[in-house]
Amino acid sequence: MSKMPSFQISRRFLRVWQRNYVVYQKTWKINFLTPLLEPLFYLLAFGYGMSALVGKVPFEGEELSYVIFITPSLLAIAMMYNAFFENTYASFVRMYYQKTFDAMLATPLSLHEVITGEIIWGATKSLIATAIMLGVVTAFGLVHYPQALFVLPLSFLAGIAFGSIGMFFTGVTPSIEAFNLPIFLFVTPMFLFSGTFFPVAGLPGWAQKLAMVFPLTHLVNATRHLCLGSMNADVFWGVLYLAVFSVVFFPLALVVMQRRLIR
Amino acid sequence: MNKVMLHVIETRNLRKAYGDFVAVDDVSFHLLPGECLGLLGPNGAGKTSTVRMIYGFSPMTDGELQVFGLDIRTDWRAIKARIGVCQQENNLDPDLTVIQNLQVFARYFDIPKAAAKAKAGELLHFIALQQRQKDTVTNLSGGMMRRLVLARALINDPELLILDEPTTGLDPQSRHQVWERLEELRANGLSILLTTHNMDEASHLCDRLIIMDHGKILVQGKPSWLVREYAGRDVVEVVNPSDELRSFVRTQPFMHDDLGRRIIIYGQEGEELFERIGRHFCKDDCIMRMATLEDVFLRLTGRELRE
Ligand SMILES: Nc1ncnc2c1ncn2[C@@H]1O[C@H](COP(=O)(O)OP(=O)(O)O)[C@@H](O)[C@H]1O
Ligand SMILES: [Mg+2]
Repeated sequence: MSKMPSFQISRRFLRVWQRNYVVYQKTWKINFLTPLLEPLFYLLAFGYGMSALVGKVPFEGEELSYVIFITPSLLAIAMMYNAFFENTYASFVRMYYQKTFDAMLATPLSLHEVITGEIIWGATKSLIATAIMLGVVTAFGLVHYPQALFVLPLSFLAGIAFGSIGMFFTGVTPSIEAFNLPIFLFVTPMFLFSGTFFPVAGLPGWAQKLAMVFPLTHLVNATRHLCLGSMNADVFWGVLYLAVFSVVFFPLALVVMQRRLIR
Repeated sequence: MNKVMLHVIETRNLRKAYGDFVAVDDVSFHLLPGECLGLLGPNGAGKTSTVRMIYGFSPMTDGELQVFGLDIRTDWRAIKARIGVCQQENNLDPDLTVIQNLQVFARYFDIPKAAAKAKAGELLHFIALQQRQKDTVTNLSGGMMRRLVLARALINDPELLILDEPTTGLDPQSRHQVWERLEELRANGLSILLTTHNMDEASHLCDRLIIMDHGKILVQGKPSWLVREYAGRDVVEVVNPSDELRSFVRTQPFMHDDLGRRIIIYGQEGEELFERIGRHFCKDDCIMRMATLEDVFLRLTGRELRE
């Protein structure tokens, strides 16, 4: 009988978001440190160490310095990592080890609200990290305003996309160790081959096609245009791709979590 | 919606199946306002499965289930807002302090901040944990955690409190502390549904008991009535019984259990048989005692080991 066919989501999911926010606030100094230092390390290693080897990188008919080329990549990777890891490892710990979701389900919250709150929280972490990193790279004069400001809403959308797919894996993973599989097969290839450290055009033809399936490729591309100060169709396509990705994986995450937790 | 609520909980032929396995099998019972009702049963009896359906955690497979006169399938949110639940596991939020556990939980019920703060303070006082309010919950003892789980379940001023094995795993001191809190709540007229396999707890706290096993209700009634009905008043236990005694009890109308190395004989008030048994068949390995709920429980659910 009653299999709860419809999605039950009200604004109450914000209560779940707030719970995570309270916990985040307790250690905000540590939480801020990573997005503050990470771009510095990367810029030092790749921007200054590698630049000498790489020289200029061609991008849409322009010649970019390597630092300018990878700055948007760092932002996009941070968006992906923050949301994906929040909604895999951290959500799994709350669900499986801490039984936080079970406790929430004895209140007027629905499971769909719990999961939505978690995904929106993952997107929020993506936004916070991006904002901090954007501050750092701005201090180095590596991005153009006002277009670069659009990176912030983009990071939230990307957070929903990567958080949803993370939550999807959380719904189907047999154990916390098994997250290694989607990370090895999905996250790491994206990290390396999405036009992050070298242009997608540098890949063989078949790999280029594959790279176009990766959401990170579209995110990096959109972020790069925005950071370079152009607001064009590529940005639009990137946003659209991430939105479609979210529209597919967000409900899928709800469905697998429902199957996992509601018995 | 009923104007006058006759039953806080009412189930009719309630069923829960996990795949092919039926964990709760056509269970019908009710809980009256202000009553403390106990679900008593061995591990795997289906107690948790039953209460989980009642607090809207797990969808029912079949039957009828009304809480506060509302249907759980359609009005689950309204029902859940009016229930307090202590789940079987201590699932306090280890990322939060004692007081935050209460305040954050209050938000899930949409309780305004000021009201939540006042209520949290009041509840910490109730469970005698004011001194520990800034502690992380992982620093608390098992008994303190359990009391905090109880306080958390009361944050929304529930009209019905559901407790799934509230004292399992606690030392006697902590257990009595929890019982005291529960007795106070009961005296204040809160309706309580609790599950347990602890006989003391059941006879101590509950106005009425349901003994269940293998997903089915075996008997229900007041604890004293159940004892009288299913174990009598007095019990004689004879260790290493003689064959003589064995053949004697078989010819008699009273209830008895033959466990091999021990025979347990249950008698009603005024029976002289006990005296006869005492005189004729007992040397020194013979105990006469009052019948207890544990006798009833073991008689009805058997003596085999459970998971
Ligand atoms: N999610 C589940 N999936 C399959 N079987 C379950 C599930 N939960 C409980 N059971 C089974 O249902 C039976 C009743 O369990 P439960 O309601 O937890 O009993 P109790 O609380 O009385 O110990 C047990 O045999 C248990 O193994
Ligand atoms: Mg149980």
